[in-house]
Amino acid sequence: MALARLQPLSGWGRFPVQACRLYRPEKRSELAEVLRSHPAGGCVSRGLGRAYGDAALNQDGGVVSHLRLNRLLDFDPATGVLECEAGVSFAEILATFLPRGWFLPVTPGTKFVTVGGAVAADVHGKNHHRDGTIARFVERLTLLTPARGVLHCSPDENTEVFWATVGGMGLTGAILAVRLRLAPVESAYVTVDEERTPHVDAALERFAESDDGYRYSVAWIDCLATGRALGRGVLMRGNHAPAAQARGRDPLALPHRRGTRVPVELPAGTLNRFSVAAFNRLYRAAHPDRAGRLVDLDAFFYPLDAVRDWNRLYGRRGFVQYQAVLPLERGRDGMVRLLEALAASRRPSFLAVLKRFGDANPGLLSFPLAGYTLALDLPVAAGLVEFVHGLDRVVLEHGGRVYLAKDATLTPASFAAMYPQAERFRAVKAELDPEGVLTSSLARRVGLAP
Amino acid sequence: MSAAAKGPVLVIGATSAMARAAAAELAGAGHALVLAARDEEELDAVAADLRVRHGIAISTLVMDALAFDTHPAAVERMLAAAGGEPEGVLVFLGYLGDPEQAATDAAEARRVIDTNLTACVSLLTPLAERLAALGRGWVCVVSSVAGERGRQSNYLYGAAKAGLTAYLQGLRNRLFHRGVHVTTVLPGFVDTRMVFGKPGTFLVAPPERVARGIRRAVERRRNVVYLPGFWRVVMLGIRAIPEGLFKRLRL
Repeated sequence: MALARLQPLSGWGRFPVQACRLYRPEKRSELAEVLRSHPAGGCVSRGLGRAYGDAALNQDGGVVSHLRLNRLLDFDPATGVLECEAGVSFAEILATFLPRGWFLPVTPGTKFVTVGGAVAADVHGKNHHRDGTIARFVERLTLLTPARGVLHCSPDENTEVFWATVGGMGLTGAILAVRLRLAPVESAYVTVDEERTPHVDAALERFAESDDGYRYSVAWIDCLATGRALGRGVLMRGNHAPAAQARGRDPLALPHRRGTRVPVELPAGTLNRFSVAAFNRLYRAAHPDRAGRLVDLDAFFYPLDAVRDWNRLYGRRGFVQYQAVLPLERGRDGMVRLLEALAASRRPSFLAVLKRFGDANPGLLSFPLAGYTLALDLPVAAGLVEFVHGLDRVVLEHGGRVYLAKDATLTPASFAAMYPQAERFRAVKAELDPEGVLTSSLARRVGLAP
Repeated sequence: MSAAAKGPVLVIGATSAMARAAAAELAGAGHALVLAARDEEELDAVAADLRVRHGIAISTLVMDALAFDTHPAAVERMLAAAGGEPEGVLVFLGYLGDPEQAATDAAEARRVIDTNLTACVSLLTPLAERLAALGRGWVCVVSSVAGERGRQSNYLYGAAKAGLTAYLQGLRNRLFHRGVHVTTVLPGFVDTRMVFGKPGTFLVAPPERVARGIRRAVERRRNVVYLPGFWRVVMLGIRAIPEGLFKRLRL
């Protein structure tokens, strides 16, 4: 029988921290054994723990790390289709395949996520307006389910299982393997246009006018600005650079960068509205309007990965990452209300990000929908949960939803209103896992599992 | 990937976390590999991973370390897969079992001894002869610091590893005169299934670190290496405790 290690675990936001029994199978048969054994309190899969809240936690129950199930199983250099186990990280994929001319088709803002976690959260990236979520590039999933054993699913096979599993937060089964179509690139660089925007409206207008010309588009927003400067920021949009632009360097090699790390957790309150306001001013000043800047993929997609353990900046109490999407029609008004609420609360949000999403996919619990998304970090402090519930109400009034991979506070009622397909999801889950072996703190908190 | 063609290496017990990491080190250095293990599904996954990452030739062979009768045939197949001329043999046959059970149940005790010691000897005897006939190559076997002092919490495992370490000393002596080098690897606690979740472990090293040490030890033709190196000092201390005191400890 596989041994488990009793230990406190948290997501990347370090809030909440919960006692879990961590399993770490090194063979597929050991993983199957854990599921078969019906561990007390159920279990949920975990990758690199980059979900911010409690998605990969299971208080007083089992958590199954997939980090040792990280084999690359097959790669077709003609099509770029990679089959790998769920525990493979995006960083490993980049290190292995970027030199061969392949990049991740969709990537979140950190490469320290696993393929399994990315599928379970149906992650999006700066190219959502053009390319959708990771699900569009998944050719097939191999899923270990408690009741139906090993299943293959894809948009053409076991369709309903597929659309419940992408974005399904690990609750339909343990993902064993993923066939993922990588994206061909000529270089390890992106050509970026940067543009300052004086107000949130200007950013939304620019998205509408010219996002089509960019594969990647995102805006950084200064959440502390108010009035006529509400939501001022910097637009950063780019396309993969052709090999010729790498100018003498190996076009597919990333420059070596000495990362730094946050050695200890800083005192809570280090990131306060004064330090964040100062940072925001500097950040904006450092990004004048510039066109055609050549930026390597690491710097463009993963700026925070250069600072290991950056979550320690928020101190012992941790932080909540809040990401919501508002449908296009009333999105502008909702966005203004969210930004006003934030500015009025005087809670410092470091590095808020605004983006326009493309269309939703059929994923039953998939987050993105056509509209605007705003992501922000909020340090845990007195009254935070109530404040976030206030933001939830604004999001609900505007027909939006929050992202489960980041959530730590959503109530069952808000969840049900935001995710109308949750009922269908429960039905699929009941078929695959009638005894409720798969559960997590998130699932119980929002009412997805008893 | 190294441009220089390097000889094929046989990896026995190839699906453990430590073996996987060591195989990746050798594959990265350009060796073709022949992987042998019991679990076919795992063996295929490990082999596929090495092929995709390193683009080298890998063959696999399903083999049960405890089925001694099958060893001669398994050895022949391994040698054939290596084109008859392996450069080296890397052995990872480790089974800790349930130490409490091993201390009270003779069948489990024998299983521990058989996997860690008898199986190694059974496989290495014909393999060593083949290398000796070629007059070159190397053998690298993972023993354990647990073999340096028996203690109540894992002495069956320790006894088997102590036997293995002594066997390797003799084998090294014998094969030296026939042009074959033998390396004994003595890892401390390594972050694998054997250690994960076990109380009383300390200074736990990632398998990748130990694997780098294994490759270097082979390349530099080291005789005995502690991995990580600080275990040499730790074991010096542990061996120095007088038996009269040691027997009273709860280790």
